[in-house]
Amino acid sequence: MTRYTNSSQPATTFSLDGEEVPFTPGDTVLQAAHRVGRYIPHLCWHPGMHPHGSCRLCSIKVNGRPAAACTALASAGLQVENQTPAMQAQRKALLQMLFVEGNHFCPSCERSGNCLLQATASHHEMEGPHFEEFYPARPVDASHPDVLLDHNRCILCGLCVRASQAQDGKDVFAIAGHGIEAHLVVNSPSGKLGDSALSVDDSAAQICPVGALLPKRRGFETPIGERRYDRHSVADAHTQEATAQGHEEDPT
Amino acid sequence: MTMAPPSAPASVRQAVERTLARHGAVPHRLVQMLRELQAELGWLPRDVLAQLAHALQRSQADVEGVASFYRFFHTQPVGEYRLLFSDNITDRMLGNQALLERLCLRLHVRPGQTRHDGRVSVTTTSCTGLGDQGPALLVNHHQVVTRLDEARVDEIARLIEARVPATEWPAEWQQVADNIRRPGPLLGESLAPGSALASAVARGPRLTLEEVEASGLRGRGGAGFSTGLKWALCRDAPGEQHIVVCNADEGEPGTFKDRVLLTRHADLVFEGMTVAAWAIGARQGFLYLRGEYRYLLESLEAVLARRREQRLLGANILGQAGFDFDIEIHLGAGAYVCGEESALIESLEGQRGTPRIRPPFPVEHGYLGHPTTVNNVETFCAAAHILAKGGAWWAAMGTRKSSGSKIHSISGDCTRPGLYEYPFGTPVAQMLEDCGASDTQAVQVGGPSGTTLSAMEFGRRIAFEDVPTAGALMVFNRSRDMFEVARNFAHFFAHESCGFCTPCRVGTELVVRQLDKLAAGRGSRMDVEQLQQLDVLMHATTHCGLGAAACNPLRDTIAKFRPAYERRLTSLHFVPGFDLDAELADARILTGRTDTHAHLPQTDDPAWHP
Repeated sequence: MTRYTNSSQPATTFSLDGEEVPFTPGDTVLQAAHRVGRYIPHLCWHPGMHPHGSCRLCSIKVNGRPAAACTALASAGLQVENQTPAMQAQRKALLQMLFVEGNHFCPSCERSGNCLLQATASHHEMEGPHFEEFYPARPVDASHPDVLLDHNRCILCGLCVRASQAQDGKDVFAIAGHGIEAHLVVNSPSGKLGDSALSVDDSAAQICPVGALLPKRRGFETPIGERRYDRHSVADAHTQEATAQGHEEDPT
Repeated sequence: MTMAPPSAPASVRQAVERTLARHGAVPHRLVQMLRELQAELGWLPRDVLAQLAHALQRSQADVEGVASFYRFFHTQPVGEYRLLFSDNITDRMLGNQALLERLCLRLHVRPGQTRHDGRVSVTTTSCTGLGDQGPALLVNHHQVVTRLDEARVDEIARLIEARVPATEWPAEWQQVADNIRRPGPLLGESLAPGSALASAVARGPRLTLEEVEASGLRGRGGAGFSTGLKWALCRDAPGEQHIVVCNADEGEPGTFKDRVLLTRHADLVFEGMTVAAWAIGARQGFLYLRGEYRYLLESLEAVLARRREQRLLGANILGQAGFDFDIEIHLGAGAYVCGEESALIESLEGQRGTPRIRPPFPVEHGYLGHPTTVNNVETFCAAAHILAKGGAWWAAMGTRKSSGSKIHSISGDCTRPGLYEYPFGTPVAQMLEDCGASDTQAVQVGGPSGTTLSAMEFGRRIAFEDVPTAGALMVFNRSRDMFEVARNFAHFFAHESCGFCTPCRVGTELVVRQLDKLAAGRGSRMDVEQLQQLDVLMHATTHCGLGAAACNPLRDTIAKFRPAYERRLTSLHFVPGFDLDAELADARILTGRTDTHAHLPQTDDPAWHP
């Protein structure tokens, strides 16, 4: 009857664009979909991390009502709309918002080809920013010997904040400010990354889905054309969660 | 003892030590500590945040994140006198902008900047809850000045130059009128302290809850959730202890009813909270008071102290063994989003006021993880009356789905602004007649996040079945420009967005830029279409209600007052917002040129024909 369950299992499935997806109690819609390789676009979500619900790329409709797939709990019989033209248009607009609020010059970014934001925008056929750019004046923090922090590319997904806290036990990052002035801050006496406890091997230094936190001196380890999203579609659920740039495993 | 960086002067370090000691160095009391320290030091230097972080075992970045979240906290030096003009649309209609400019001129200071000698800074803030007696001003996040006029502004400038402390300014300036124009059960005669509670104790917790359920009371904060059901869910949620929170973060522009209830009927508010505690089995309660109402703190504390003496708070309330409950007041620090119940709880816990992921809902997992019921000030007042007079009495008022009476804060173009209490189901037209409104073009019901009604709709009734409201009604006569109303509200939402989710953080800013572009006469039909698309997008995708509601006035005014937009369009097609000549301003300054050849001709300049 379903694509992913066998008939001996209880009917703990929900419908994602008309196909049944199995889940275990406590799963969110995104967790369950991701496990079986179904793609729901996301930026602030990462397997194994607490959901954040901030980027809203995973916006879906559950039984006709808007929700975020990363925070909506799965339950039996839900009707989830994900890859509909309306949802895709919504996501494209959200992506365009992220592009205009920061400074994203993809061709000059070391993360190009390994960047989840870039790949997701490309997947959604985002050909231009649509909105007028904000061009904010944001600093670059190059004080750390091994990690670069470029605030121009930060999308406030909070993954580094959560990873540093939950996985590294270091609390290196926090979000400060409010509204359009919200920004990432570093926990150190000077506020600089170089004076913080961050190590390049920390999860927090690796988890950034964009080019805001980059390990130094690895920029072209993998040549352009052979990078993650040069070779694999972002819609293949298991290619999305970037590890260290140039160090990702072959997802296939 | 805590360590402080050596750069902090000893007096500052001691101030931090005293604050920490006063709060038992409890990490979740951070917002209160920041408030008190800022009141003492004027602003929050980095050293102070570091010292607090160290003592509270929180990271410095975390503490910095909290301090920089609230609009009333300053992590940079500000003026010795910090003047904030309330900037709701009704303050604007009363001329606040000209008065702000006049004050800045008198004081030789630019808006938003601190004067070179550090004496004073003047800027705006969101609605201060004094819409019936504006233009209003907030001084040092503490004193209020109502009914500003040119004479008051000139005198304020003189007092500041003479360095007279704000506490010594004329008392009449700080008078806040109640302006109760049409009392009903809630605004009228109060109950004797303890009478509702005695009735609740006599009934027992279960029947107390049943009485509230029978009344059909729905929350007065706007969403209209059944109060009885909320209390029942909270009571039934497993937890070591349960918490009652009164949401006195009345931030919706145009609303000031809770301010009057807290001034006149504080006993009733606390009694309602105590009734709730009895019904759900709570021992701890909080009143979350918005920072703008700081001036009410001492009188509220006095009421709490008296109620403790009367055994209406504390251990064994009314001699009932095991009925222990007390209330603590927490002050906000200028963040509208903290009116959202889960953001309010985050703030109570000393965090940034970011709304939480729901579920779990606060009734299951609220303050410090305890099941928590959060209700509006007016809801608790109503609950107290219901216990004294019975659920059936309340249910007999109003409509089928909206029982009881509702207090409205009426402001704007009317001769008698103030508070009006009506049973639910009252038509807008009657309210307009009662408050002395004439030639009315539109009313904004429920504040910016509510509904804009045009004259054709004044027959509609205020009720959850028709036009719901959180309690504000702003009146606009035909001389008002509804585009400017929508633009003021758009700036409000952008200013108050917490910045957490993409569609709200960026969307509210895009809306502001788009409307400013129209206001500058550079708009096209495409811009209006884009605004409509942003409304749809934000409604469907934001993390909380702030972003979802941010475009409500925009959507309503485009639909109902389209000519206000149309007359601003210079083209049916796209007109860029980018002004090349303005972009060259820096180059002109650098080269010291002011001649005409240093300017680019504009496309709308008739002399320019390429």
